Amino acid sequence: MVLQVYFWALALLLLGASLGVITSRNPVFSALWLVLAFVTSAVLWILLEAEFLAIVLVLVYVGAVMVLFLFVIMMLDIDLDTLKKGFVRFAPVGAIVAFIIAIELVTVFVIRSTGLPVLANPPPHPAGYSNTKELGAVLYTEHVYAFELASFLLLLAIVAAITLTMRRRPGLKRQDIARQVAVQAKDRVRLVSMPVEKD
Amino acid sequence: MAALFSKLPYWDALPELIRQVIIIVGQIVPLVVSLILCVAYLTFAERKIIGYMQTRIGPNRVGPKGWLQPIADTVKLLIKEVIIPSKSNRFLFLIAPLLSITPAFAAWAVIPLFPDFAIADVDAGLLYVLALTSLGVYGVIIAGWASNSKYAFLGAMRCAAQIVAYEIAMGFALVGVLMASGSLNLGEITAAQAGPENQWFFVPLFPLLVVFFISGIAETNRAPFDVAEGESEIVAGYHVEYSGVAFAVFFLAEYANMILIAALTSVMFLGGWDSPFSGSLFAFLEGTPLAVVQAGGLHWLAVKISFFLFCFLWFRATFPRYRYDQIMRLGWKVFIPVTILWIFVEGGMVLAGVGPWSS
Repeated sequence: MVLQVYFWALALLLLGASLGVITSRNPVFSALWLVLAFVTSAVLWILLEAEFLAIVLVLVYVGAVMVLFLFVIMMLDIDLDTLKKGFVRFAPVGAIVAFIIAIELVTVFVIRSTGLPVLANPPPHPAGYSNTKELGAVLYTEHVYAFELASFLLLLAIVAAITLTMRRRPGLKRQDIARQVAVQAKDRVRLVSMPVEKD
Repeated sequence: MAALFSKLPYWDALPELIRQVIIIVGQIVPLVVSLILCVAYLTFAERKIIGYMQTRIGPNRVGPKGWLQPIADTVKLLIKEVIIPSKSNRFLFLIAPLLSITPAFAAWAVIPLFPDFAIADVDAGLLYVLALTSLGVYGVIIAGWASNSKYAFLGAMRCAAQIVAYEIAMGFALVGVLMASGSLNLGEITAAQAGPENQWFFVPLFPLLVVFFISGIAETNRAPFDVAEGESEIVAGYHVEYSGVAFAVFFLAEYANMILIAALTSVMFLGGWDSPFSGSLFAFLEGTPLAVVQAGGLHWLAVKISFFLFCFLWFRATFPRYRYDQIMRLGWKVFIPVTILWIFVEGGMVLAGVGPWSS
């Protein structure tokens, strides 16, 4: 009972936050609404006993990805009029995507009402159950190749992104920190001994 | 803890839900109040300690030996006017300080305060702590943007990049702790260090301790990594437009974060509530009156936290501020490789059966 109240309250909040993302005039507000949507869905996942995924969602998406999003959005000089210009052109595409998603959502209800054998709710786990441990055990045994392959792809993407942004301009002044640290007084200071001059 | 609450009058007559709420709130309120008091006296300690390091006396006028100085500061901040800059976003401007203080307090829920006790005994406690510390950056970014001020915005941008960079080194350092203890639960991490041998993780994981603590200083934007405030270049960074209570909350958040980092370092590497004299090396203490020092408890955690807090203040009095590109270089090019290397070394130690975790 309490769980259901939680679920409906969170679901409404999630819907509201998602609406906020697409209705806000200012992109910064859209990003902040998206943060709220992520946090709310993380809490919903905790209700599903998936605490690892929930915490990682907050850690990765809220803690890192959205921070960088906000970073970029705040730095951009956004002209709202130019943003709105393409509306008529993009509206049909958006409508089609929205229509497909709506149909998919309705199918869920239709299938449930036909009485086909659908997955029942899994039974709640015992108190000692650790979602994190279970995920780790499966990831590093059964799916280890796929997991390593995915991590390799991500590493490749990082290297590629850095290579794309590396530019070598001529005349660039660089510091060599090791040389700066290793410098001795005799490299920098020249002591000149001068005889005392008398008038 | 629940047994303590059951001694309250009319306890059995209360409905289950209300009992739960009372137990939870009854644990949170003392913790938060004592944290706020710690913050108040940490600011006093900071001014005194740095004062003595610079051969000054520090505050000594309010109350005996200056002991009431933090109270006077609080009263002053509370009765000052909160000024909201023109053309700023009022809602975001006022919610930003709250966003930065909440994670600093909420992370304390999973910290084991004494043997077998944490407010929330969460299995994925380590991840929870990482997730919450990464949320603190929102307060700073939103404050910088909502202030509608260039200096505040520059400070927020510096701070965001710095926090995101050092979070990675911090997370990698904790991977080492995770490998050593075999658990994400902070209570179990402490318990793994509290064995008969003196097996605190700072011995085998010393490089990770150094990386974790320095990254912690960078995460809290303390000197020598306080470019987000940078008084000499961008006046005071992200909170330049704040005054009165709103500023006080930012101040509280910074010091609460310092205490949190000190507590996390103690729990992860110095055995948390475990007594340094509990090992078999000090077995001769058994039966003597001195045996009381062998008991673990909140007092040992407090001693360790105080040590790290002293280091925070000591560094501030000692080191000049880093240049921004050197902060980034330290985080990305020094700390991350060091942690990755040490994770491999640790893996080798686990395979070879050396180290406290092999027993």
